[in-house]
Amino acid sequence: MSEITPSQTVGPFFAYGLAPKGRCQWDPNGHYSWKETVGDNLITPDAAGTKIHIEGRVLDGDGKPINDAMIEIWQADAQGRYAHARGEKPRPNAKFTGFGRSATDKDGVYSFDTIKPGAVPGPNGKQQAPHIVVCIFSRGMLRQIYTRLYFSDEKANDADQILALIPADRRGTLIAHKQPGNSPVTYRFDIRVQGGDETVFFDI
Amino acid sequence: MSLIYPKESLEAFPKHLSPEYRSTVKRSPSKPLVIVPHTLSELSGPAFGHDAIQDTDNDLTKQHKGEPLGERIIVHGQVLDEDKRPVPETLVEIWQANACGRYVHIVDQHPAPLDPNFTGAGRTITDKNGYYKFITVKPGAYPWGNHHNAWRPNHIHFSVFGQSFLTRLVTQMYFPGDYLFPFDPIFNSVTDEKARVRMISSFDLENTIPDWALCFRWNIVLRGREATPLDTDKD
Repeated sequence: MSEITPSQTVGPFFAYGLAPKGRCQWDPNGHYSWKETVGDNLITPDAAGTKIHIEGRVLDGDGKPINDAMIEIWQADAQGRYAHARGEKPRPNAKFTGFGRSATDKDGVYSFDTIKPGAVPGPNGKQQAPHIVVCIFSRGMLRQIYTRLYFSDEKANDADQILALIPADRRGTLIAHKQPGNSPVTYRFDIRVQGGDETVFFDI
Repeated sequence: MSLIYPKESLEAFPKHLSPEYRSTVKRSPSKPLVIVPHTLSELSGPAFGHDAIQDTDNDLTKQHKGEPLGERIIVHGQVLDEDKRPVPETLVEIWQANACGRYVHIVDQHPAPLDPNFTGAGRTITDKNGYYKFITVKPGAYPWGNHHNAWRPNHIHFSVFGQSFLTRLVTQMYFPGDYLFPFDPIFNSVTDEKARVRMISSFDLENTIPDWALCFRWNIVLRGREATPLDTDKD
């Protein structure tokens, strides 16, 4: 019998502890010296690869913006390496952590600046298409929900083993769409928590 | 060390939709979650070095010119996996209301005073035994709009990482003997009583410091247990 500690909601007031320097306006006075541990800009001087901007809205079952959500992302670097394993030989881009956090603003908008991830190892010895793991927390969510972000301009999506498990008519909810004419390259990824066009979330 | 993450363990978690907590009604997925295998993307997770924090970040009573009002307390314990092995060097973040039950956040309009000497955020990294410790003040109860005369039991919000992106946990630590437990839909969203009790800290007299601060102990158990080798001797 497992004895794990149950999850509880992040609630509406997390920002000053978890995302103090984010886009979410929580501080009436504007002075707060808490240095953020994790922010929404993952780009480090030592990280090679394509700089990208990811932006989207988080919407509830009525299509209304969720203005108190926290989005966390976890990704590989441009060469498809995760920065997790302690004791592995150091990567040349040791400062790139692959982890980011963004709190939504009054319009439910979150955003990240990062490096486009490379393909990473997947089941059966095959590569997975480049993707980012996304975790959503919010008031009204008693536990986090997980999804994935794939890129609209990746041919490798067609052969991705995880995407293949998603019903074809819902697969599009996991695709971030490349926006025309932006520098840096910008992808749009809205997260619909509930409803007809609900984003696919994972039972993992 | 390789860990597996049995999904049955998550039975202790609240359901996404828990209508007594009204905000879940429009913020819970309505379609079945899609089962996918755990790949390297899920089995890896962020690591934090000690440069992520400052030494004093775990003492919430020393972040301003003076000391905050309220009962000074020590909250400590271990972060463990399902096999009760310590989870070392993992980031633990907390945030909480002040002793009057008021958060610094602009959205909190509860007419209780803010304390100029208390913000209410802290963080630390567990040591090699998975041990963490905070010094703070006991948070007050506060009203919220979920239903008529709704009050949250005293609690401290916790955010913990663990060894992979699947062990990520955001939860709340409660205090023993709270009279608001029976009325709180967030606490009671955990329907199994044994699981609910695991969110309640214990009063720790042994580590209470005479003439200075009460102590509460709370262990946090994350997903993950050691992979059991397949039994191949049967035939």
